[in-house]
Amino acid sequence: MLIKKPRLGELPASEITEYGVYLNRRQFLNSAAIAATASMLPLSFARGDSTPEPTYKELVKSAYSTEESLTTFESVTTYNNFYEFGTDKASPALMATEFPDKAKPWRVTIDGECDKPGEYDYDDLIKPFSLEERIYRLRCVEGWSMVIPWVGFPLADLIKKAQPNSRAKFVEFTTLNDPEQMPGLNRNVLDWPYVEGLRIDEAMNPLTLISVGLYGNELLGQNGAPIRLVVPWKYGFKSIKSIVRIRFVENMPRSAWMKAGPNEYGFYSNVNPDVDHPRWSQGRERRIGEFLKRKTEMFNGYGEQVAQMYTGMDLRKYF
Amino acid sequence: MPKIKKLLFVVCLIPAIWLTFALFTDQLGANPVEAVTRQTGLWALRFLWLTLLITPLRWMTGWNDLIKFRRLLGLYVFFYAVLHMLLYLGLDQSFAVGEIINDIIKRPFITIGFFSFIALIPLAITSNNAMVKRLGGRRWKKLHRLTYVIAIASSIHFYMLVKLDKTEPLIYIALLVILLAPRVYGYAKSIALKR
Repeated sequence: MLIKKPRLGELPASEITEYGVYLNRRQFLNSAAIAATASMLPLSFARGDSTPEPTYKELVKSAYSTEESLTTFESVTTYNNFYEFGTDKASPALMATEFPDKAKPWRVTIDGECDKPGEYDYDDLIKPFSLEERIYRLRCVEGWSMVIPWVGFPLADLIKKAQPNSRAKFVEFTTLNDPEQMPGLNRNVLDWPYVEGLRIDEAMNPLTLISVGLYGNELLGQNGAPIRLVVPWKYGFKSIKSIVRIRFVENMPRSAWMKAGPNEYGFYSNVNPDVDHPRWSQGRERRIGEFLKRKTEMFNGYGEQVAQMYTGMDLRKYF
Repeated sequence: MPKIKKLLFVVCLIPAIWLTFALFTDQLGANPVEAVTRQTGLWALRFLWLTLLITPLRWMTGWNDLIKFRRLLGLYVFFYAVLHMLLYLGLDQSFAVGEIINDIIKRPFITIGFFSFIALIPLAITSNNAMVKRLGGRRWKKLHRLTYVIAIASSIHFYMLVKLDKTEPLIYIALLVILLAPRVYGYAKSIALKR
């Protein structure tokens, strides 16, 4: 008899929280917050409950999901780093309300070192893949973190369809560069367009996700609509938003942040509590909704799935 | 005059009252701790800039009584700096002494911020009349020139901690240059006259 033993970090399907339960838990959190406010000692802040009803029904629940408490929908959609819509954390939610422009079809180019390049409309691109829900931790390089229920599919599925050739050592991703839709592009804070990259094995890792939604709904502009990357063991800025191009390349791409600060932001940018950012410690993080900081885990707690990709590498040098 | 002073005392408290209220009514966004830390630091900076505004304003308006408000403003710099420091020590570092010392040694912007705060302490202690008398006017004045060093150091602290978009710290630096320029000019002129 074949017995599938769950790997460490994997959850049996029976333990994954159902939608109804986690909606109820939010009510529980709210009442707990009221009690905490009453005692004037709020140890965690609860935000107003504006969580929408899920429109993606019957999503496959992923075994890679964490069972930690979700960061509220409100926090996930109002506290964003998306410099194409301003450098303030509140501004993407205010500036991206009409993004992406429905009148302009969203097209994604897949090219470079692959046998099946192509240019796809958003709908055609995602049609072949079955969407699942994955609850991942997200750790920002600035020292805060969230727990987000993403909707998406493994990037590996998309890569297999494109059939990269033997010269494809890296994958380069590019964000839309349209100042008409993205007012932040008019300021030269980064070398636009926003570019990110992964090594091909990182891109093929089962944890690497192409996301098209969160909290059971399509992505909002501020979260990188309509299609973005999610790489949960790397700092948040690696999870590039609003992708228009995926290119297979032979040489390591130079990301927008590497160009902005080569001493501060490396290509790998794996979450690593032992390698500090030059200007601040990475040892701890503040989970959004909590008062005090918690310890940051190596690879953001995903070492089981990803550490083997970096064996023998000096992670201080390849930060 | 005492009436205006009392009013000013209350007005300067408004940011602290507002921040407390906003914190408990959840109006500071998703990361309220970070917001309060940043805001208290900014208010310390703003009050410091205001204390530096008193002298040029006196020169310009001839209203010498303005000097009577400076101590109050200066003590509010210390008040907001203490809050800023406590938030950093407590909520950022959980009062972990080893980590705090490590942070102060390792990170230039923390080092600068920390020493700016330390430099404020003797100024706050010597702010009352008895201390002015004890030190004597000239020595007191000399000591309180530390304010200029603190102002420059805290602008550097602000500039260095901002990740990429330096607009806001640059505005503060530009204002500081405007505030210090007439003093430098006056000092240069006095040296020229002595010759």
